[in-house]
Amino acid sequence: MPDDESKQGVSRREFLKISAITVSVPAVIGPTVLEVGGEEIPVYGPGKTPITLTVNGRRYTADLEPRVTLLDALRDSFDLTGAKRVCDRAECGACTVLLDDRPVYACAVLAIDAQGRNISTVEGITSGDALHPVQHAFVANDAQQCGFCTPGFVMASYALLKHNPNPSPEQVAKGLGGNYCRCGTYYGMRGAIGQMTGQRSTVGLPQSEVLTDRETDRPTDQGGA
Amino acid sequence: MADYKWPDAQHRTLIGTRQSRLDGPVKVSGRAKYTYDQNPKGLLAGAILRCPHAHAKVVSVDTSAAEKIPGVKAVQVLQGPGKEVHWAGDEIVALAAINEGIAEDALRAIKVQYEVLPHFVDDATEPKSAAEETGPLALDDLINMFSNQVPEPQISSTVQKRGISFPVTDDLVKRMRSFNVGENVIKALQSAPQKSPESTRSPFKKSAVNVTGDPDQAFKTAEATSEGLYGVPVITHCCLEAHGVIAHWPDAEHLETQVSTQNVCGMPDQIAQALTGIGIPISASNIRNRQQHVGGGFGSKFAADRWSLAAAQLSKKAGGAPVKIMLDRRAELEVAGARPSAYAHVKLAAKKDGAITAWDSQSWGTGGPLGGNMPPIPYIFTEIPHQRKQHISIATNIGPARAWRAPNHPQAAVLTMCAIDDLAARLGMDPFDVFLKNLPLTPRANVYEAELRKADELMQWKKRWHPRGDESSGPMKRGLGLSIHTWGGRGHQGAGDLTIHPDGTVEYRSGTQDLGTGTRTAIAMVIGETLGLPLNAITVKIGDTNFPHDGGSGGSTTIGAVSAESRRAATDALNELLAKVAPTLGVAPDQLEALYGTIRVKDTQGKSITWKKACSMLGATGVTAHGQNPDPSKPPDLTNSGVGGAQMADVSVDVETGIVRVNKMVAVQDCGLIINLKTAESQCYGALIMGISYALFEEKIMDPTTGRMLNPNMQFYRLAGYGDIPELVVHMMTGPGYDERGVIGLGEPPVVSPGAAISNAVANAIGVRVPFLPITPDRVLAALEKKGGAA
Ligand code: FES
Ligand code: FES
Repeated sequence: MPDDESKQGVSRREFLKISAITVSVPAVIGPTVLEVGGEEIPVYGPGKTPITLTVNGRRYTADLEPRVTLLDALRDSFDLTGAKRVCDRAECGACTVLLDDRPVYACAVLAIDAQGRNISTVEGITSGDALHPVQHAFVANDAQQCGFCTPGFVMASYALLKHNPNPSPEQVAKGLGGNYCRCGTYYGMRGAIGQMTGQRSTVGLPQSEVLTDRETDRPTDQGGA
Repeated sequence: MADYKWPDAQHRTLIGTRQSRLDGPVKVSGRAKYTYDQNPKGLLAGAILRCPHAHAKVVSVDTSAAEKIPGVKAVQVLQGPGKEVHWAGDEIVALAAINEGIAEDALRAIKVQYEVLPHFVDDATEPKSAAEETGPLALDDLINMFSNQVPEPQISSTVQKRGISFPVTDDLVKRMRSFNVGENVIKALQSAPQKSPESTRSPFKKSAVNVTGDPDQAFKTAEATSEGLYGVPVITHCCLEAHGVIAHWPDAEHLETQVSTQNVCGMPDQIAQALTGIGIPISASNIRNRQQHVGGGFGSKFAADRWSLAAAQLSKKAGGAPVKIMLDRRAELEVAGARPSAYAHVKLAAKKDGAITAWDSQSWGTGGPLGGNMPPIPYIFTEIPHQRKQHISIATNIGPARAWRAPNHPQAAVLTMCAIDDLAARLGMDPFDVFLKNLPLTPRANVYEAELRKADELMQWKKRWHPRGDESSGPMKRGLGLSIHTWGGRGHQGAGDLTIHPDGTVEYRSGTQDLGTGTRTAIAMVIGETLGLPLNAITVKIGDTNFPHDGGSGGSTTIGAVSAESRRAATDALNELLAKVAPTLGVAPDQLEALYGTIRVKDTQGKSITWKKACSMLGATGVTAHGQNPDPSKPPDLTNSGVGGAQMADVSVDVETGIVRVNKMVAVQDCGLIINLKTAESQCYGALIMGISYALFEEKIMDPTTGRMLNPNMQFYRLAGYGDIPELVVHMMTGPGYDERGVIGLGEPPVVSPGAAISNAVANAIGVRVPFLPITPDRVLAALEKKGGAA
């Protein structure tokens, strides 16, 4: 299924257009290589160009215009819709994926530039149907409501903990500071990160909530209504 | 007929426990498919050309160049020559193309000429010279009077004096009666002179003065008075999943839609009416709408909206192919949701002991091109004996208002609770005591008292409170503030079907939706509780108009509805099952109960059969029961209305930079019987965070010159982030006195108080009121300067 997209070639007209403006016509459709100041720079487009991405360890190919972002390629061409498009200009973090293990805004990376890198998305950190411990902690601490920001936060948390398994509260704030949630689920996230790092006594969070997700004790109050 | 009630505390196994939401795993793994994520075969990308002017008339539209672009499949003019546009970003042309890039190229090729008209976007400046309205009342004015509880004799005389500009239809009379409007008012309306509406040029509409008691006298004889200016600007909803839709025609007569909505079952009617109105006749029963997940709504996603119709029109033109239109971030912030503003000068009169005797308010605000209503002030303290209120509604080109979580309440809370806090400061009293003192002026004094005392305990208010103005040295000033709030929240009318299959599986179907509030999970908990089964034994199917009709998720009406519906359906289905198995166990059906996966004889050890075995006696089709929550004219049984809450904020203000930081917030909240404690608490945590967001950061900033929003993006329309979140303490009031009231909604109420509580805490810290939200550094510094130096 991921490879289906490659069937469509560049049309003859676009091919001619490309040739007319390129320095040397490439043998296969792909970037033209320009030499600028002794450096070789690949130039793509203006029509569709075949691209290959390595996502969650798997190869995906498609013919895309050079203007297509990594986010849109993932979502529209490969049906990996976990990363969300919210602002489309590197402000909100809903599109967070990992590029060679570092979190990036997929809306601010061109698909052509992500070639040859290892991309991981929220779909890739589960093994089969088993959630990654970060994902499990998000569920157990109810760190999602509408859930639209959640994949981005899961990836930001995953990246943070991967590089720093024991972050200080300031480091957590920085690590998750590139993402926004409208429903206000940050408190659950604090519990989730606390659970992951073994800091059970997260500020203001009742012990029981961090530890279990099947808690049955209920605070009760006497009082009239 | 069965008697429907909730099990008492000793007999609950699931209700009231903390359960993780059932759709948590699909959400955290990115597998949850929202409207935005759907990618059906042959999908066309829809895009909309929007008006760049805040007020203009369309002169000409030329789409010919766009139509010629290869890959463009359909073009639809939405507002053609002659149409007047009242806000920037309004829809002019929609088109569909084979991909987004081509759609955007095509938008750029469209030529539209406008006659630019004067616009008005200033709602914060007090309109001083506005004259009182004397012309005939519009329907809106009448509704406004009802919602502000203007005394009925006053409504009747105003109606008679000014006349009306709308027909008093049978339907209207019926509606008024169902809301208990008095016969005298209805008579006055029916005999009122019919006049044609005045075409006023002024953007200001001043309501008649609304007087209770004798405010003049009360202010004259008051032992103390205080006055202040307060305000809440227009903010946006900023749903992370923008508004949008996918529409396609499987055949010429049928339309299928996936609207990102809070109102799955409301769509077919709305779309059918609108499409029929523009020459595409279709009946609602031929429209199927579906949605599994929605990325936020907060009140802004009830209507089908023009883009849903556009997608249907484009799909029709493109031979029925699916067309997806999702708003981009700019459009989402400019046109898809604005909370009305509210500003007011408020004066209070009181006795020396803090008892409030009179209220006087001059308020104004905008809800966009249609003006808007006065928020319900004085909020909660409705029984203040002497009152004078007058409101100026301002028509602006800011974009249309939409309901925003607890419509009008957060504004009313700021105008009221901040005024009371200022009165306390004036009297040199602790506002906690002044609030307690005046609770008899509220409808639920004993509940508020219990909640305030609990909040005090959790915040250590009494121990930590200091008089206004933190006297400690250094630039960081600390302060405490509080507020209380209310909401209705009775379950709406709706239904669901429950089937127990002969193999023991249980399936529930309802046209409701889960906004992230945990609706699915709550339904499964109620059914599991009723049938004595674990959560994972229940399949809950929602979000499809092919299922029984359920209401929209607004006004915190969902939990009361879905829990009542599923409880009824499960009770009826179980009773049928018990009747089938009773002979086997040799007792009457009413001697049986379903518990721990068995059907067993009550009060005896051992006599039971497994759930599976029992269900196998059901015959080939199993049993299906229909659960219907009755309409609001009937007395409620499983659900109820009316909740309260108290919140306290602890803030630090840096008087050198003006930056406010919230250190801690406490929310104490009642909402009747709680189904899922975990998601209920999440509603409160989320509301506190959303409250911090609008108290400190959010404002739809309009450019007076261009009439456009200056911050239609997420960099400058700032939401609270992870690092802004303080210690949060949530306490739900449960147990005797609360549980037996039934299930009541919770989405709205906890978001009401944070603005007022934080504003009061800032005033307590720095010694002076920052009049308007959001409390940004520049506003803090301006207030300090006016006061004459640092706190
Ligand atoms: S969509 Fe990429 S950062 Fe917002
Ligand atoms: S859960 Fe809704 S935006 Fe974060």
